[in-house]
Amino acid sequence: MTTKSLLQPHSQQFKTLRALALGLAIGFAAPAFADNLPDVQRLIKQGQYPQAMEKVDAYLASRPKDAQGRFLKGLIYTEMNKPAEAIAVFTKLSEDYPELPEPYNNLAVLYAQQKQYDKARTALEMAIRTHPSYAIAYENLGDVYAKLASQAYDKALQLDNSNSATQNKLALIRDLITTSGKGNVKPTAPAAATVAAAPAVAPVAASKPATAPTANVITSTQGAASTSPSPAKVAETKPAPAAAPAAPSPAKADSANDDITKAIAAWANAWSRKDMKAYLGAYSADFNTPKGMARKAWEAEREDRIAGKSGKISVSFDDPQISVNGDKATAKFKQHYKATGLSSSTSKTLVFVRSGSKWLIKEENAR
Amino acid sequence: MLSRKLLLLGLAGCLVGGALAYQLKSPKPESATAQRPAETQSSVLSTLASLGSQALGTSSAPEGILPATLSDAGPEAQLAGIFKEIENNRLHNALQLTENLLYQYPNYRLAHLIKGDLLLSRTHPIQTFGALNDAPADKVADLRAEAVVRLKAYREKPEADFVPRYLLQMQPNQRYAIVVDTKRSRLYLYENDKSNDGRPRFVADYYITQGKLGAEKLVEGDKKTPVGVYHVTANLPRQQLADLYGSGAFPINYPNEWDKRQGRNGSGIWLHGTPSNTFARPPRASDGCVVLTNQDLDAVAKNLQVGLTPVIISSSVEWLSLDDWAKERSELNKSISAWRADWESRDTEQYLKHYSKRFKSADQDYEQFAAQKKQVNAGKEWIKVKVDNLSVFRNPGKEDVVVVTFDQDYRSNNLSNQMKKRQYWLREDGKWKIIYEGTA
Repeated sequence: MTTKSLLQPHSQQFKTLRALALGLAIGFAAPAFADNLPDVQRLIKQGQYPQAMEKVDAYLASRPKDAQGRFLKGLIYTEMNKPAEAIAVFTKLSEDYPELPEPYNNLAVLYAQQKQYDKARTALEMAIRTHPSYAIAYENLGDVYAKLASQAYDKALQLDNSNSATQNKLALIRDLITTSGKGNVKPTAPAAATVAAAPAVAPVAASKPATAPTANVITSTQGAASTSPSPAKVAETKPAPAAAPAAPSPAKADSANDDITKAIAAWANAWSRKDMKAYLGAYSADFNTPKGMARKAWEAEREDRIAGKSGKISVSFDDPQISVNGDKATAKFKQHYKATGLSSSTSKTLVFVRSGSKWLIKEENAR
Repeated sequence: MLSRKLLLLGLAGCLVGGALAYQLKSPKPESATAQRPAETQSSVLSTLASLGSQALGTSSAPEGILPATLSDAGPEAQLAGIFKEIENNRLHNALQLTENLLYQYPNYRLAHLIKGDLLLSRTHPIQTFGALNDAPADKVADLRAEAVVRLKAYREKPEADFVPRYLLQMQPNQRYAIVVDTKRSRLYLYENDKSNDGRPRFVADYYITQGKLGAEKLVEGDKKTPVGVYHVTANLPRQQLADLYGSGAFPINYPNEWDKRQGRNGSGIWLHGTPSNTFARPPRASDGCVVLTNQDLDAVAKNLQVGLTPVIISSSVEWLSLDDWAKERSELNKSISAWRADWESRDTEQYLKHYSKRFKSADQDYEQFAAQKKQVNAGKEWIKVKVDNLSVFRNPGKEDVVVVTFDQDYRSNNLSNQMKKRQYWLREDGKWKIIYEGTA
């Protein structure tokens, strides 16, 4: 959950609203085109690429500079397995709109598919330069670094390149969004066009207003790299408090504080002992895993990092600041982590939910 | 799956360190690379930087001060720069420098390994030099050894007023001499500075590869590099060579007279280059040859004279101050000229005092030699001996042995002859005595 704070639902809404306003303005100017792009996106989703291409070409005929249209065109080429054409489209797009991270990211995906990892790296570093908080680009860059490292090791140690078979795909970005805090996208680039489409098809959109802003946020081919709480997860959290017992009375707050301090101690203790059962047991069933990764994968990763670590681990913490709100509680504290060759102190925030008599970790954030 | 796993491990590491959020939130793009999560930094530091300090050893040569002597243009300076950046936690710069180095030497395996480590450290904390999972330990150890010897050589250049003990006197037409230190994996090129009374002047030094099993060759196939005083005997051009020998090869005269006398055998010890698939070979990799990178071999080759250039291989070069060097040289020169004068004097007893009782030539021991000299000298009315083109090289090793080579012009009332002579002198009871003599 380290990345959750990047795109707070709150600020996301704010940005969406601003984008919406922009979209409305454009909508007035050229209402006839407004609903073309959602059609294109729908056709892409359905795998009808030639039709999607036809539509997007028609759209671009009257607005050849349009960033969203060109982005979708690049996406269609990618889906049609025409990497050269896709690279040409995204390259041109990144030249015309150097402030947009998405074309760089997708260029990197295409380069990586061609095993041109140096180019992929450059593109991703550009994406991050334009948007320092761009989680997918970071994750992709991590993959590219690992791949480049592996290539370097192959050359250093004359290894056989057999591990190139286990290549995993980088995450392709399917929507052009403008999350730039500066709002520095040129006005001529209707990057907000997808959002603008929302009011145009208002009656339809009304049926699922809640999902519109979040669904529009980055989704990857892998599905594992979403940086914002997905609508599904939001829905998931709702039944939890409903199923929980009645809210504790204010009088119980003190004892709740104690219970939570104990829960933190037990959690830190299990971590230090490398007791995976107790450690993972400290987390609620609907714990918000980092980057929304699968629970199993997250558990495996923790196992690897804790039980799989040689030498001693020691986790301790300073007096936590705890605020209890019904069946939810937030604990903020300084965490001290020590292991062979490394020690770190971190500001940690744990969000607890009450489950029966236990307080379980629902969210974990560090900074 | 491999890289995904590494990445996840790295992210988990970040989670523990709480640094990913910092990294992602950090507004400057440089921070994405320059400011790594704390634990990543520290582990890269402790692995790579330790290599640097290991090479530094106890010496505290201040960095940034240029060595007093000239330097070759190998990758050492750049490697030192890379490790300095790593030590100072400027990993972004370190990677940049590593990539520059690879641009210059695309086949440089050590640089590829450092690059791999620097890149991998961006995805997860690394614990060792050559941090790839299941990296072949022997190959990593080889590259690590190369890094250590190169950094050490860079930081510990020969001091300007010290010379290798072996180069006591070069003959006038020997323009250069080569001294190899197998312990340091280094070849030193010295010029015969005739304007300065033939004092050896340091020119450059180069990384070398020696035998898989080290130095002090004894027998055929022992995969060791010989130790002794040799010279270049031929120049084999690239076209005549297999790729293994790289840009050229210069055979040396192992086993020499002294080796044979010690019962050492084997053959085919060369100075040669490096195969095309790598920039450099590990410090210990040959079957006994001294291997240079192709660019270094080409640089050295320009100065080699077939049949002349001495190649002195030591397992650990001894250095003398110029004063001590001059003293040792004059002591030997005195002994040699006394030998020559006593020969001319026809005082055979006096003359034989220059020979050790353990003397042996190709076909005579001391007794036979002494008997023959007494007989020959009895028939002489006069003897003139001229010694020209004298060279005196100390044989590396514990024993005090020097190799003396010269052109001998012998004239007498009934016989004259010219020959190139080689003698081995041994210090016995504080006096230099001849223990071997023969044609060179």
